[in-house]
Amino acid sequence: MAKYLAKRIFYLILTLFIVITVTFFLMKLLPGTPLTNQAKLSKSQIALIYQQYGLDKPVWQQYLLYLAGAVKGNFGTSFQFSDQPVSYLLSSRIGPSLQIGLQAMIVGVIVGIIIGAFGAMKQNTWVDTTTTVVSILGISIPSFVLAVLLQYYLGLKLGWFPIAEWGGFIYTVLPTLALGATPLAESARFVRTEMVDVLSSDYIELAKAKGLSRMGVIYHHALRNSLIPLITIVGPLAVNIMTGSMVVENIFSIPGIGEQFVKSVLTNDYPTIMGLTIIYSFMLCVVLLITDILYGIVDPRIRLTGKAN
Amino acid sequence: MDNEKDILEVRNLQVNFKTYAGDVKAIRNVSFDLRKGETLAIVGESGSGKSVTTRTIMGLNASNADITSGSIVYKGQDLLKKSEKEMQAIRGQDIAEIFQDPMTSLDPTMKIGRQIAEPLMVHKGMKKEKALAQALEMMKLVGITDAENRINDYPHQFSGGMRQRIVIAIALINYPEVLIADEPTTALDVTIQSQILHLMKELQDKISTSIIFITHDLGVVAGMADRVAVMYAGKIVEYGTVDEIFYNPKHPYTWGLLSSMPTLDSSGDSLPSIPGTPPDLLDPPTGDAFAARNAYALKIDTEQEPPFFKVSDTHYAATWLLHPDAPKVTPPAQIVERQEKYATMQKAWLKTQQSTTPVEEEEEQQ
Repeated sequence: MAKYLAKRIFYLILTLFIVITVTFFLMKLLPGTPLTNQAKLSKSQIALIYQQYGLDKPVWQQYLLYLAGAVKGNFGTSFQFSDQPVSYLLSSRIGPSLQIGLQAMIVGVIVGIIIGAFGAMKQNTWVDTTTTVVSILGISIPSFVLAVLLQYYLGLKLGWFPIAEWGGFIYTVLPTLALGATPLAESARFVRTEMVDVLSSDYIELAKAKGLSRMGVIYHHALRNSLIPLITIVGPLAVNIMTGSMVVENIFSIPGIGEQFVKSVLTNDYPTIMGLTIIYSFMLCVVLLITDILYGIVDPRIRLTGKAN
Repeated sequence: MDNEKDILEVRNLQVNFKTYAGDVKAIRNVSFDLRKGETLAIVGESGSGKSVTTRTIMGLNASNADITSGSIVYKGQDLLKKSEKEMQAIRGQDIAEIFQDPMTSLDPTMKIGRQIAEPLMVHKGMKKEKALAQALEMMKLVGITDAENRINDYPHQFSGGMRQRIVIAIALINYPEVLIADEPTTALDVTIQSQILHLMKELQDKISTSIIFITHDLGVVAGMADRVAVMYAGKIVEYGTVDEIFYNPKHPYTWGLLSSMPTLDSSGDSLPSIPGTPPDLLDPPTGDAFAARNAYALKIDTEQEPPFFKVSDTHYAATWLLHPDAPKVTPPAQIVERQEKYATMQKAWLKTQQSTTPVEEEEEQQ
C-alpha cells in the first residue's frame, strides 16, 4: 500500500508539473496584459511596472522563475488585489468553495443512491418512471439555470433561504442544491441501472433462497455490488462540481475560489490564474486517488496489493 | 399415495407465466412425492419445467408466474398458502437449494465465511462469531482444505469446484429437511462433477436430508437417485425407481433420452438423438405433447392425453402404448438390450434373495 501511494504521489506531482507548464504558456497566449486598459499610465510607468513584476523578461524565463518560486511554495502576488500573496488570497477563499462542493457531492450522491435503489426495486412502476424523469431533468438542466430558479422560488417567493451572500449554514443551502442536482441525477441513473442488473443475478437468488428478507437482500448483497461502478463516476462528478461552482458562486456571490477564477481570467491576473489552476488540478488528482483506493475497499477483486489469486 | 414417509407432496401443480404473447403453461398438472431420506431425480430437457417446479416449491418464481392450481404440502402445511414472510422462515431453514452455476451464485463482495454463516444468523438469530465458528465446521465437512485460513477469502479466490462446495455448505448449514439441487454439476468439469456428486451422497447420509435432484443428464442420475421422474413439456411422463427407469422404461420419450446417452458399449458412429423440438407451451398440443416427435405415436396420442398406466407398484408411465388395446411395439434395440439385462438381473436377484447387496453392485456396472 505504501509503495502504491508513493507511486501515485509521484504521478500526482508529474501531472501538476505538466498542468503548470501547459497552462502557463496557454495563458501567455491570451491577448492583452494586466495593464491593457490602463489609459492613465504613461508608457514609462507601464515599463516600470512590467519590470517590477518581471513581465519584461522573455516568456521562457518567466516560466522558469515561476517554477523555481512554486517549488519553494511562493506562488507570486496577485496583480488585482493590492499585492496580496496568491497563497494567502486563495487559502482565505477556499473554505466556502470546499464546503459547498463537498456538501453538494455528499447530498447529491447519497440522495441519488437512495432514489436509484428505489427505482430499481420498484422497476417498471410509477416510482421507477418518476426517478427516471428526475434524473433526466437533473442531468439536462445546467446548474446555473437551476441556481436562478431556486433563488427566485425558494429565496424570493417563499423566502425560506437567503438569496445570496455568505454567512452561516442557511446561506449554503441553495448553492448546495444547485450544485448537487447533477451528481444526484447521475448517481440515481447509475445506481438504478446497475441494481436492476444485480437484482437479477444468481447470488441474489441464492440470498433469497437463504431466507433473507427483501430488505436484507438489498442491504447485505445488492447495494454494495451496485455501488462499485458508481465510484467510476465520482471523479467526473467532482470535475463537474468544480466547473459548475465557478458560475454558481458568482450567482450567489459566494467569496470562493470559483468566483475568483472568473475574475482573474478577465483581468489577466497571471499568478492568481496559475494558483487556481494548480489548486483545481490538485483537488482532481486527489479525488481520483481516493476513487482508486475506494475501489479496492468496496470490491475485493480489485485489491491494490496483498495476496492476489 | 399419501404416505407417512413423504416429506413433500406436490399435487396437481399448474404454473403459467403471463407474457405479452399470452400465457406460457410451464407446469401442466404435475404431482410427485419426496420420501424422507431419498433422492428423487427430475430429468428432462431444457424448458421441460424442472426449474420452474423447484422455484415454485421455494416460492421464488418470477413476478409474472401464476400458480393456477395445486398444492405443495410440506409437513402437513401447504406452502402455496403461505405468506412471503412465512416462506422466508422456511427457505434456507427447512428447504434449501443448491444452484447451477457456482461462478455466479456467490456474492463477489462478501467473505465466504460470512456467506456460509448468513443462514444461521437469519434463522437462528446467532451472533456473527458463533455463526462463523459453525460455518468453519461446515467448510471442513464439505472438504475445503485449509478452512481456517480461507474463511476470510472472497469467492474469486476459489476454483469452480471449491465454489460449488461453498454453495453446498450454504445450503446445508441449517441441516434442511429438503435439499433442492438444480443441476448442481452442469457447470463443472467432468472430473469435478463426480467429486461433487460423491460429496452430496456422503453428506446426505450424515445430515439425513431428502434431495430433489434436477438434471438433464441421465448419466448423473444413475449413481445419485433412488427414484426418477421424467418430465416433458411441463408434465411428468414416467416415474419409477432408478432401475425401473434405466432398465425397463416404458415411455417413448424415456426411450429417446436413454438412447441418446452414450454408454461404454454403445456401437455405431452416430449418436442417436430425439428429432424435432419441444412443443410451444404458449399453446400446448392436445393429447400427448411428445406425439409429434414420437416414432411410435398412435392416432389417439394426438387426440387424447394418456393417463398414467401402472407398470409396477412404484413404476408408472403416461403413454397409450401401455393400454391393453394398444398394438405391441418393439422399442429401439438399445432399450431392448436394457430390458433383457434387467430381466436377467431380476432372475439373479430372485436366486440370491437372502443377501441384499447385488442390486447396488449391478447398478454400478451400468
